[in-house]
Amino acid sequence: MPARRRALWVLVLLAVLSVGSLVIALAAGSVAVPLTDVFAALSGGDAPQAAIVLDLRLPRALAGFAVGGLLALAGALMQVLLRNPLADPYVLGISGGAGVGALSAMLLGLAGLSVAGFSFAGALAAMLLVFGLAHGVGGWTQTRLLLTGVVVAAGCGAVVALILTLAPEQKIHGMLFWLMGDLSQTSTPGLALALLAAAFLIALPFARELNLLARGAETAAALGVAVSRLRRLVYFVASLATAGAVTTAGSIGFVGLIVPHLVRLAIGPRMGNDQRLLLPAAMLAGGSLLVLADTAARTVVAPIQLPVGVLTALIGVPVFLYLLSRGQK
Amino acid sequence: MPPHARKSGSLPPTGGRALPWDGPAEAPILRAESLAVSVGLHKVCLSLDLALPAGGRLAILGRNGAGKSTLLSTLAGLRAQDAGTLHLDGRTYAEHGPREAAQRRGWLGQDGGDPFASTVLETVLIGRHPHLPRWAWEADEDIGIARAALADVGLAGFEEREIHTLSGGEYQRVRIAMLLAQRPRLYLLDEPLAHLDLNHQLAVLALFSRLAREEGAAVVMVLHDPNLALRFCDQALLLYGDSRHRIGSSEEVLREDVLSELYGCRLRWVERPHPHFVPE
Repeated sequence: MPARRRALWVLVLLAVLSVGSLVIALAAGSVAVPLTDVFAALSGGDAPQAAIVLDLRLPRALAGFAVGGLLALAGALMQVLLRNPLADPYVLGISGGAGVGALSAMLLGLAGLSVAGFSFAGALAAMLLVFGLAHGVGGWTQTRLLLTGVVVAAGCGAVVALILTLAPEQKIHGMLFWLMGDLSQTSTPGLALALLAAAFLIALPFARELNLLARGAETAAALGVAVSRLRRLVYFVASLATAGAVTTAGSIGFVGLIVPHLVRLAIGPRMGNDQRLLLPAAMLAGGSLLVLADTAARTVVAPIQLPVGVLTALIGVPVFLYLLSRGQK
Repeated sequence: MPPHARKSGSLPPTGGRALPWDGPAEAPILRAESLAVSVGLHKVCLSLDLALPAGGRLAILGRNGAGKSTLLSTLAGLRAQDAGTLHLDGRTYAEHGPREAAQRRGWLGQDGGDPFASTVLETVLIGRHPHLPRWAWEADEDIGIARAALADVGLAGFEEREIHTLSGGEYQRVRIAMLLAQRPRLYLLDEPLAHLDLNHQLAVLALFSRLAREEGAAVVMVLHDPNLALRFCDQALLLYGDSRHRIGSSEEVLREDVLSELYGCRLRWVERPHPHFVPE
């Protein structure tokens, strides 16, 4: 049927876009590499700028793709879990916890992997705290989970502000870059890519059940979904995906919120909220968008590199406001 | 527990009565024994016995807050009872598991709203979920079932409409069509007539009566109008809100004095021009 064919075309287009965005990311930069040299370098041939392509740009592009995919996937899952189209991966305080962890590590003078470790620990702590408080006694309603998450996020925001106040001048620049989201520090995309594959493969078999969960927990339960088990699964997958993204690149804004909505618009109302399409489409679109944004971030005012989070927010805010005003009609 | 609670409760269920449905005699589709249900500190019922055979139609009536919806979701296996047993086709919900239970009983809740955009057809297809394997997509057969369900509620031609553009009554009928597409044997309906105009109230009740009569479905519905309960249901369950209940055939339960006490306002039985209850 036409709606399903259109949805499949969207998936094919997004797959092409993903590959294309990666190629552009390898070719573009302060030193432009011709496409023939990019392909030669990738196939192991002897290309003049093979080191730039393989050692600098490829890991960064792959990390960007993984982070974008993780954020979009987590955003789509959070929107279903909270039954709220305005939810994003950060709404439940995961990025707040990661921020507290990462900035604490920087304040202590740590760098590199230690910062990543601290931020992952912070994200996990926030995730368990919100889960425990929202789930501890009695039922788990969307409102309760949302309120708990928002309050924890606000608390983390206060701690982050406190650390920024106390931090010595020379450390503040690095902290701000982390907070805005930045891919320049990433050298090992393997973990984020593995996490993306795992999150996607765990979530996809439950896609039709997620469609039901979006219609309401009791409706889903009456139609045979084991709701509390599914909610826990979605919460942990979305949280771990967010934690992985934030650990890799800091809290890059708006990808997790905007991309699922863009994909819904692209697929159309007929199947736009069908998670069987939305999840893979959001993952591919999120990855491509972040790769392109990061490529722009390091080429627009090269050799100065902008934090990619600033670019995604600059693109994301107007798109989001447009969607919001459109939705009110 | 108030001393009068147990005494004034359960009249014997009407299992032995002749039913309009003339299929083979069999065990009741839904059977509750000594069911105790509470929500928070509020006791809805203490020891409810009911047996609903194929073709049976039970109306649940009571004041606002008496626990009608709570009891209905307990009967649907969506929340646990305090005590007593509940059998759907001879097995408990735990023995069925959620998926198999969903193939046998459908539940229409009160409207919780739909935050995401979707089309009418896509929404009705949700009801096919318990019949589809994990990786299967809805086949042409499922789409046919969904279209037939839409036609049954008078919404043929609405398939591609976006659900947020529907009126409240139209959306309620989409939800009923979703339930019909599920094709259960037991229908549990929480205020199925909400938002419906008079014409569609009667059409929906006639639809479920037909399912009971012709396909041997069993129907439990929360209603607010004793006249409709009397006309479309053969059993009635009254919840008083103070843990007392009363169950029996519609004729013996739906009486002037009983309903006047239930609702706390005088109801009068008027024989002419046609028999019905009128609040005074």
